[in-house]
Amino acid sequence: MDEIDTQLIKLTQDGIPFTHAPFAYIAKELGISEEEIVARFENLQQNGVIRRFGASIGHRAIGITANAMCTWNVPDDKVEEVGAIMAGFTEVTHCYERPRYPDWSYNLFTMVHSYTREDCEKVAREISKATGISDYSLLFSEREFKKTGARL
Amino acid sequence: MVQLDQIDKDILNTIQLDFPLETHPFEKLGEQLDIPEDEVIRRLERLNSAGAIRRIGPIINTKKTGGISTLVAAKVPEQRIDEVAEAINRYPEVSHNYLRPAEYNIWFTISTSSDERLMQILDELKAETGCDLINLPTKRLFKIGVKFNIR
Repeated sequence: MDEIDTQLIKLTQDGIPFTHAPFAYIAKELGISEEEIVARFENLQQNGVIRRFGASIGHRAIGITANAMCTWNVPDDKVEEVGAIMAGFTEVTHCYERPRYPDWSYNLFTMVHSYTREDCEKVAREISKATGISDYSLLFSEREFKKTGARL
Repeated sequence: MVQLDQIDKDILNTIQLDFPLETHPFEKLGEQLDIPEDEVIRRLERLNSAGAIRRIGPIINTKKTGGISTLVAAKVPEQRIDEVAEAINRYPEVSHNYLRPAEYNIWFTISTSSDERLMQILDELKAETGCDLINLPTKRLFKIGVKFNIR
């Protein structure tokens, strides 16, 4: 990743314009061609610097208002196996292992987004059945105070 | 709530994971969906101003850009929720912040350039709010692939 890549990300991270040639103004600013911009983004994607180039959806605005963080208490020696099963559910958008604390025993986290809370609860029951993990808790988000993407 | 017709839904389902990365992406998108570029652009503008699309751009992998990120949970008394949420939001490094009613009820993510800065933010927030915070960095990643199936 060189200085031009960094500039490229900085100039597009808030969104490209919806025009026939959305990279033209950046090409001008950086003194490179639009083709090179596309090639550089492909490269950044291959190297994993960006996960993808695409749209971030305002899921609440379109009715996907239920958003559950499901937290699971999984025996440490089962985390690998159970995490893989959870990640296999299409409704699960994120799945992570995180540390425990004296007053926090849940070590696996899955995010489930859907149209209703009932949908989310149903997915959690299915995950519980598929993994045999019965100690879990669903935390629904009631308010969004902030949401921005990761920035450079 | 934004009303969506079938073409809007097709657009939204396509541009999340299969956005055509080309010099004229909206023209290409139009070809893929069999609608003129003008119409693609008109619809994107509407969906964007109505909040259905936040932006189209690169989704950054903070780990690869040398950044540190974490999830933090805070135990905040009911009557102080607004005030504490505001204190948290003040940091530009805070990218997500939600109220999730439970014992730990404010959940936020931080992306910073260094561990030192992360610890500084956590220490400042502890001192300023007096609330219990637990730092929950990722130990293992099993999945990250937000795609909403819009129906």
